[in-house]
Amino acid sequence: MANKSRLYIPRPSARPGDKPDFSYLDLVPAGSVDKPPIASRTRDIEYLSSGLVRVLDDDHQAVGPWDPNIDPGELQIALRWMLLNRVFDKRMWQIQRQGRISFYMEALGEEAISIAQGMALRQGDMCFPSYRNQGLYMYRGVKLVDMMCQCLSNTRDMCKGRQLPVMYHSAKANVFSISGNLGTQYPHAVGWAMASAIKGEDHIAASWVGDGATAEADFHQAITFAAVYHAPVILNIVNNQWAISTFQGFAGGERRPFASRGLGLGIPGIRVDGNDLLAVYATTLWAADRARRGGGPTMIELVTYRGGAHSTSDDPSKYRPKDEWDAFPLGDPIERLKQHLISGGHWSEEKHEELEEELKAEVLAAWKEAQQYGTMTEGPFLDPATMYDDVYAETPQHLESQRRRMIRVEGS
Amino acid sequence: MPQMNMIESIRSALDVMMDKDPSVVLMGEDVGYFGGVFRCTDGLQRKYGEHRVIDAPIAEGGIIGTAIGMGVNGLRPVPEIQFADYIYPGFDQIVSELARLRYRSSGEFFSPVTIRTPCGGGIRGGQTHSQSPEAIFAHVSGIKIVMPSNPYDAKGLLISSIESDDPVVFFEPKRIYNGPFDGDPEKPAVSWASHPKGEVPDGYYTVPLAEAEIVQTGEELTIITYGTLVHVAQAAAEAVGVDAEIIDIRSISPLDVDALVTSVNKTGRCIIAHEATRFGGFGAELAARVQKDCFYNLEAPIGRIAGWDTPYPHAFEWQYFPGKKRMIAGIKNMMEIE
Repeated sequence: MANKSRLYIPRPSARPGDKPDFSYLDLVPAGSVDKPPIASRTRDIEYLSSGLVRVLDDDHQAVGPWDPNIDPGELQIALRWMLLNRVFDKRMWQIQRQGRISFYMEALGEEAISIAQGMALRQGDMCFPSYRNQGLYMYRGVKLVDMMCQCLSNTRDMCKGRQLPVMYHSAKANVFSISGNLGTQYPHAVGWAMASAIKGEDHIAASWVGDGATAEADFHQAITFAAVYHAPVILNIVNNQWAISTFQGFAGGERRPFASRGLGLGIPGIRVDGNDLLAVYATTLWAADRARRGGGPTMIELVTYRGGAHSTSDDPSKYRPKDEWDAFPLGDPIERLKQHLISGGHWSEEKHEELEEELKAEVLAAWKEAQQYGTMTEGPFLDPATMYDDVYAETPQHLESQRRRMIRVEGS
Repeated sequence: MPQMNMIESIRSALDVMMDKDPSVVLMGEDVGYFGGVFRCTDGLQRKYGEHRVIDAPIAEGGIIGTAIGMGVNGLRPVPEIQFADYIYPGFDQIVSELARLRYRSSGEFFSPVTIRTPCGGGIRGGQTHSQSPEAIFAHVSGIKIVMPSNPYDAKGLLISSIESDDPVVFFEPKRIYNGPFDGDPEKPAVSWASHPKGEVPDGYYTVPLAEAEIVQTGEELTIITYGTLVHVAQAAAEAVGVDAEIIDIRSISPLDVDALVTSVNKTGRCIIAHEATRFGGFGAELAARVQKDCFYNLEAPIGRIAGWDTPYPHAFEWQYFPGKKRMIAGIKNMMEIE
């Protein structure tokens, strides 16, 4: 200890040109963390927040008490969804690079989270996602073409041209509207869950924030409310190590795992291998059961790695080693599930390649269809006169008058 | 007809709506067991239970944020922010989320939250219990802003606000909770009992949003105001002896522009008065609107009477508050212009 105060500035373990170093990441062998009953008291299960729930071991076998014993057929479907998420992202990224959409965000390396959690939740449960949860929309039935039309802001855009690409919503699929401001959805999820409890329903809510956004006031206020009222909600923290250029140390992740953020409020936390679909599914199901039976909120830290750039506007080679993802000890979620299925004789490299080709064709077909509803340069175009709709339930006089003026001056 | 002060009429509005619509829930600091620091929710938890009148943690962002989520899940939340001065931790939730949810999701999601919050000075509240931040919110599209000036309107406007599918920020000028205030702090307090607007029906009725009220008709001057200053304007106009038309706009957003324009085109003179600070205040918007549509009928520049552009000082409350003296001076000035 020094004899005077000194401002401490967190530094990531590696910068561009350095050898990637994940020695800071506390790892435990797969299958080594106990699975407690859902009725456990928080104080008795604090170990869940500092351990790491893993089901898939280094030999791709499912081991330990958290193994959800999912049928291989179901896992093939899960693999398909994850791969679809990745293929879709890759295509949309290219499309952005070609200048055909203004912006995009990919979920590279984090696909297991949306898909596994989508599988573990019920359709009546409400999801309050972050911007890297596109897999949730897909899994819950939003069509690829509709997601593409949103990114294009074209005539079929669900947001009518009002939102940046990837800020989807679907009331039908019970996936909330993505804001663009970070962490704001956390209190919404808690309030939604409180309303569910007030109404005596057994639907639960789930929300997702990144490691970076846990620093937001909304996060802390939301978890306080969740704890106070035993809201039936799953509070997910996707720790992908990077918030644009700042590593998770700038959100205070260096000394205690994010999963422990709720312990002071009595919210149990589970630290889980976010790249292990089986472990994510099992922990989410545990938290969902607990919430549904009146046990209140659970915080889940999903340890993963942001495999790509933050967005198409970002260049991670400026602040982290280019090969950092390759060195990430928890690997690639798709590759891991694939190897697990192969090792059980339920999948093969050939089938995987076939599937990937099939999904590429599906995405391409969706893209072709999406463009028929308009692109940034080719019509049909959205009518700008619609910009005055939905500001209020009924359009007030001053907006009607602005609409008339816009049409007069700008043409329509 | 029953006599109510503004606290009672607000409580009555909440009671009527909670009885009528089981999806109406209240939440806020001290609103439950205790009944609110200003007593607006007194007795409602006993009547409707802890699940509908909910004591909240001291986290305004959390109160508003969770209310939004409740609204998305089919409830009609009426959160209370104990003082308007405390609303800022919830500002982002109001501006970026509540106000824009319908817009950004093309109407698929909305949250019909009505935020009640006491505002204004004149109660020895100092700079953190006296502010009138309505202009800050009026600048935001997607929310409605309301400020009543009497018990009758308070109840009817609050019921309309709760029934509205749009989010509403409902400002309650706390200086007039217990009685109209003419802006002269030396005079003994007056109760609502002798005021016609203190007569409030027990049951359900509404006062429409976005409709101004002509409080008194006149020919020489229009005073456009709202909240506490409605009463100050009336007293000052009487003291000067000017035949003033006084308009209580009641709804700040959306605004009933026609009522203002019609009046000023008739009188040719216009004073805009509010308790909030002048610079960038809502009076600036009012002045611009009136000027645009009444320019050729104006006989004098539009006048503004407002709080000074300083924080609300504790010891100099009555020098800060735009009370009767300032209003009289403003009216006299205006009437001297040839």
